[in-house]
Amino acid sequence: MPDVVAVELWLGATAYAVLAGADFGAGFWDLVAGGAARGARPRALIDRAISPVWEANHVWLIFILVVLWTGFPQAFSAIFSTLFVPLALAALGIVLRGAGFALRHVARRLEVQRLLGAAFAVSSVLTPFFMGTVVGAIVSGRVPADGNGDRLTSWCNGMSILVGLLFVATGAYLAATYLVVDARRTGDAELEGYFRRRAIGAGIVTGALAVAGIVVLHEDARYVYDGLTSDGLPLVIVSALSGTAALVALARGAAAWARPFAVAAVVAVVWGWGVAQHPYLLPTSLKIDAAAAPHGTLVALVVVLVAAVLVIAPALGLLYTLHQRSVFDEAPPSATVGASD
Amino acid sequence: MASVSLTGLVAASSQLLPAREQMAFTLGFHIVLASMGVAFPAITLIANYRGLRKGDAAALTLAQRWSKVMAVLFAVGAVTGTVLSFEFGLLWPELMRRYGEAFGFPFAVEGLFFFTEAIFIAIYIYGWKRLRPWPHFWTGVPIVIAGIGGALSVVSANSWMNQPGGFKTGADGTVTSVQPLDVIFNNAWSYEVPHMILAAYMVAGFLIASVYAVGMLRGRRDRYHRVGFLIPFTVAAIATPVQLFVGDTAARAIAKDQPVKFASMEYVQNTQTHAPEWIGGIYHDGKVSLGVSIPGLDSVLVGFSTDTKVTGWNTVPANDRPPSPTLLHLAFDTMVGIGSALLLLGAWLAFSWWRRRDIPQTVWFLRAGAVAGVAAVTALECGWIVTEVGRQPWTVYKLLRTEDAVTGAHGIWLTFAIVLVLYTALGVATVFALRVMARRWREGEDEDEPVPYGPPAGVGGA
Repeated sequence: MPDVVAVELWLGATAYAVLAGADFGAGFWDLVAGGAARGARPRALIDRAISPVWEANHVWLIFILVVLWTGFPQAFSAIFSTLFVPLALAALGIVLRGAGFALRHVARRLEVQRLLGAAFAVSSVLTPFFMGTVVGAIVSGRVPADGNGDRLTSWCNGMSILVGLLFVATGAYLAATYLVVDARRTGDAELEGYFRRRAIGAGIVTGALAVAGIVVLHEDARYVYDGLTSDGLPLVIVSALSGTAALVALARGAAAWARPFAVAAVVAVVWGWGVAQHPYLLPTSLKIDAAAAPHGTLVALVVVLVAAVLVIAPALGLLYTLHQRSVFDEAPPSATVGASD
Repeated sequence: MASVSLTGLVAASSQLLPAREQMAFTLGFHIVLASMGVAFPAITLIANYRGLRKGDAAALTLAQRWSKVMAVLFAVGAVTGTVLSFEFGLLWPELMRRYGEAFGFPFAVEGLFFFTEAIFIAIYIYGWKRLRPWPHFWTGVPIVIAGIGGALSVVSANSWMNQPGGFKTGADGTVTSVQPLDVIFNNAWSYEVPHMILAAYMVAGFLIASVYAVGMLRGRRDRYHRVGFLIPFTVAAIATPVQLFVGDTAARAIAKDQPVKFASMEYVQNTQTHAPEWIGGIYHDGKVSLGVSIPGLDSVLVGFSTDTKVTGWNTVPANDRPPSPTLLHLAFDTMVGIGSALLLLGAWLAFSWWRRRDIPQTVWFLRAGAVAGVAAVTALECGWIVTEVGRQPWTVYKLLRTEDAVTGAHGIWLTFAIVLVLYTALGVATVFALRVMARRWREGEDEDEPVPYGPPAGVGGA
């Protein structure tokens, strides 16, 4: 049963990575889109792409936190007491990002829009970076099971910083890949090319960081490295192949194919990490079984997961369908509001 | 005595005081947004229903605009809520390590409801132009249900901290088995949960209505403002008498379940019959000054007779008592006082409606309506202070002291300072944003700015 809840945790992490990760990445592209005039079109597409879905995507983070503190309270406590600084900074980034994004729609003056937009965009880069340093700290065994590990070196180290950069790059890569398709749906060939070039660039950077990550793992996180090169190897291969396939698809202009391949590449890495550090939750000080809550709690968490699949999945499907169909295809039903009589 | 216990707290951990202040501040901020998230959708849907069923154009416009306000408040509430999740780990890692497995589960249920809420709010808001009117209306209903369900789960976690149950511990105090349903439906949920949900409806209703009361006071006495005032005000006015009943029940339950908290709320030092009820007053060195005392009434309120014995705070040692009886008592009095005044305000409207089918003509009614929103928020905060400060020195009642739950990390004063600045800016920006929206609507403009940062032509300034 503990392993089932660990899988639940990883499912949440997967969803957060491919959905919210792309929202963070969209913020990255917003940040580097240039001045108000030059960046207006990509920003508008980004805005339309993430406005209706970013809050729902964000909830996966809450899901991860809740499953962690309920299912594996000792691990939660150890992570938060050790990694106080990057987690506090990530929380700060989440506030700035959400508030900046929501409020900039309302602002009328250009300077205010810029300020709020900058809050959104800058924190879209910083937040995943600090989350990445947290994962880097866990992977490299810098979070002791009893918590209160070194509050600085636990995340100020090569591994953490590399994973932080990898998080930022992955989000940017996913976002650009999604946005290519969105741009095509709106029929904007120029914008499609704009994001395709960026998707390819970000894909190459992400791949390079992933390779560098394996080298650093070899030096700094031997347990996870050994796991990745044994049990996790198939997933590493799947990730590399999918990533390459996505790049090929992007280069050939088959953007619709790039999306699933890019997602597969990221999902394979997330699960490769999980498989590599199994049976540890915190390598190599806390095993999943040892950290797990009593049976009744674990059963309840699995019940919540089943309920989530039954209730949330169809609702999310409806949201994404409406979003993809109407936001980009611009074919709202004729019935306008107010014409009810 | 307060100062003595305060030094005790500081000695226990230099981080305890800032951690408590930060938690109190962020929760006190979030609770207003959460209340709006729980109750605003229902109020919006009533307007939407009226607009569709009766062809009421004003109501339909209100529903559309309210849904946009709802979206902004929901977004801000989502991030301030996330901060609270982080703070569980950042500020109170020992609470989570020891009891996360016991009381974490209600948060998982809350997550489910929050998810539903986030999804359907998006569908509802983006559905105005993309769905047919009645199916669109129905996409709003899950938001209302999720709001109530979410409040139930989160408040049940809080009521668990007041009345922990549903788990067994081993000899060393670690949790060995958990019955999740008994965790949610603990001893205090049946009064805490309805009290909070009704409070959310009162806050949302009176707060929204107060905006239109101000508008009418400024001479905008059109139908749009009347409907905008009447729908939320009526919802809140219906919730108020129920709330007073639930609150009264809750107070009696607390006298039984957490007698020391109750004693501090009511200035009961020694266990006694014929306990007096203090209205106002400041406690200092065993004496209450500046207050009015009604003999025997406290006993009557607890047990319907002056012979009822009320437990005094002297039954437990000083370090097992909440820090400041004055704070608790005045917060409790303020909450009850405001609740009673709001009850009268609702009755005033009911009377006028019964006689003349209209809101009272006098400007004083509108003035009262204009302050009712802030008053309801004040009552909400006071109630929260009573619940939370009254539970001190315990985080988990009689099981875990707050000083033992706090983080070992340093620098909480710094994070608290950052939070203060950030949240102040956030509050100001949110209010400012809502005012910008209102101004735009008054100018007859219902669309958002089309492109973030930038007029289409790319020329600066607007």
